[in-house]
Amino acid sequence: MFVRGLKRKCFDGEEDIEGTLAGIKAIPSYNLQRQSLLDMSLVKLQLCHMLVEPNLCRSVLIANTVRQIQEEMTQDGTWQMINTQSTGQASLDRLVSTDILCRSSRDQAEGKHGPAYGTFSKDFESDQAQDSSETMSTASSVQAPRNLQSNVWEMENPQENKGNFQKSLDQIFETLENKSPNSVEDLFSEVDNSYYDLDTMLTGMMSNSKMGHCDSLETFSSPTNTASNSNCKSDLNDLDHIVEILVES
Amino acid sequence: FLGAGGGNDIQWCFSQVKGAVDDDVAEADIISTVEFNHSGELLATGDKGGRVVIFQQEQENKTQPHSRGEYNVYSTFQSHEPEFDYLKSLEIEEKINKIRWLPQKNAAQFLLSTNDKTIKLWKISERDKRPEGYNLKEEDGRYRDPTTVTTLRVPVFRPMDLMVEASPRRIFANAHTYHINSISINSDYETYLSADDLRINLWHLEITDRSFNIVDIKPANMEELTEVITAAEFHPNSCSTFVYSSSKGTIRLCDMRASALCDRHSKLFEEPEDPSNRSFFSEIISSISDVKFSHSGRYMMTRDYLSVKIWDLNMENRPVETYQVHEYLRSKLCSLYENDCIFDKFECCWNGSDRQVGFLPLCTSDYSLIVMTGSYNNFFRMFDRNTKRDITLEASRENNKPRTVLKPRKVCASGKRKKDEISVDSLDFNKKILHTAWHPKENIIAVATTNNLYIFQDKMN
Repeated sequence: MFVRGLKRKCFDGEEDIEGTLAGIKAIPSYNLQRQSLLDMSLVKLQLCHMLVEPNLCRSVLIANTVRQIQEEMTQDGTWQMINTQSTGQASLDRLVSTDILCRSSRDQAEGKHGPAYGTFSKDFESDQAQDSSETMSTASSVQAPRNLQSNVWEMENPQENKGNFQKSLDQIFETLENKSPNSVEDLFSEVDNSYYDLDTMLTGMMSNSKMGHCDSLETFSSPTNTASNSNCKSDLNDLDHIVEILVES
Repeated sequence: FLGAGGGNDIQWCFSQVKGAVDDDVAEADIISTVEFNHSGELLATGDKGGRVVIFQQEQENKTQPHSRGEYNVYSTFQSHEPEFDYLKSLEIEEKINKIRWLPQKNAAQFLLSTNDKTIKLWKISERDKRPEGYNLKEEDGRYRDPTTVTTLRVPVFRPMDLMVEASPRRIFANAHTYHINSISINSDYETYLSADDLRINLWHLEITDRSFNIVDIKPANMEELTEVITAAEFHPNSCSTFVYSSSKGTIRLCDMRASALCDRHSKLFEEPEDPSNRSFFSEIISSISDVKFSHSGRYMMTRDYLSVKIWDLNMENRPVETYQVHEYLRSKLCSLYENDCIFDKFECCWNGSDRQVGFLPLCTSDYSLIVMTGSYNNFFRMFDRNTKRDITLEASRENNKPRTVLKPRKVCASGKRKKDEISVDSLDFNKKILHTAWHPKENIIAVATTNNLYIFQDKMN
């Protein structure tokens, strides 16, 4: 069971730590706890390391938690405050630290699936197509023309995927920098398939993950069509570049 | 401890344990569902590897009249295989989410098993005779030379070693975009429902190419999605009534006679939030992981992360009873959120109709008096609605002396730990009991740890 305290940041230095027993960390401020929870939740939504579709219930519950925190922070005014305080660099650091935090606990509880909210929101767009292709003769209406359109969108645009990939990455950082109060809604819109590839490979590259993300990604790409193969390769090149930036900072 | 006064307490004893002794758990062996059939003679388990294992209770031993029959493997079969969804480029897990038995109509047994996307109806039948004495074939199947046939005989059935065969009779596929969490057979025994995160479909057991959508909570704009369906069940007696629970802690009761699409509930059960307990995790822990009607259908029970609640169907605004399963976890919710344990889906079940449990004033035709549910550290809990007493027991190989009564466990929430108590921080959160089942007629329970199945019985006399 975890007996760990939350990370202390330098602006929390007002806490009086004299007189506390060795090994017991001071209780962090409410704001700090809340921020930490927000970061953890965002990472949980983003992390996905799987070939299996994520648990929608879990994703929805985490997303609701994020919204809740966001609403409270907006009312508090702390939302704006953090926006002005942190630099791009600091928020990247925070991304990395909570990532490591969650990854270590994930290693402990192996077999648990993080939600692929990339796939989660991909569902939003593509399930219009899913409904009609997968559901046979249900009482609800059939949407055949839309089916065709979405399929085309799904399978044919490696170039577009690459562009979206970069855009998705920007969105992660943007969220943490809290550029707009509506960032949670932004998170859910327009994020596509390759988005979760980034995170899979990001976490795989940052450590020797027991889950073997890279392995699973390799087996994933091999039997299917060549379009997705080249997609992964170009993503990998982008990824190298991004990882370099993150690691150097 | 359990009983309707008169000191008819049930004393639970270890009976059997099934599964590997190994500490290293193979992922495919993780038990994902446990279910007794209607007579209790058969006990089915489903696992992450898509297999179903059925145990059969031995006939009562005449030389040991005080001991209930043991369960031994009756049939094992691969129900579901992993699949690949090419449209979404994702795997479909073969894990068996639920098994539900049909009542027995003839010599064969039928059950429904489901993974995330596909439901299958399996027929399990016995073969203990085979025809012998064909005129044109030898016993080994080779054809005889017709010129050597000089007499005619009628083939007869001769006994053979018992063979249990499982065959898929119906496959109900392609009706669920989201992951199936529940199946429930209607009291008409002709139809059943299947529920996924956003929709509930109604099927006829004979018809596989058509199902009717009866609940759809998918918003037009998926960005507005804030609530999902977590469980659903048909009423035990009223074939047009069913309930479904949500991730926001609500239960909706629907009547299929009201309209084809039951998007408007007939009743909404929801307990107002306790403001003193409010936290960022309030919604997550209110998410209902299981719902079960009582025997008569007058009550239903729901399980959320920390408690079990019993609802009277006539009262929507709050439960009639609430039982705390592991309240000591309330101060640990942040850690449990971090390690994802807060999303564990515990099931709950009612006792069976064994007379020892007693009958009671709450509702004389309803013998649903005891609630059983799992917790962490391989603990499971029981609550007696009559006496209001509860007990914590452990499923562990260390307690495996048959006919020795299980020792109650206690978790020390804070402060000084007494002898034999376990502190919250020493609980093993990887050892969780999510699935339990109670024999419909006897005081026999099946409790699934990660990869082992424990069977406990009450100490008779």
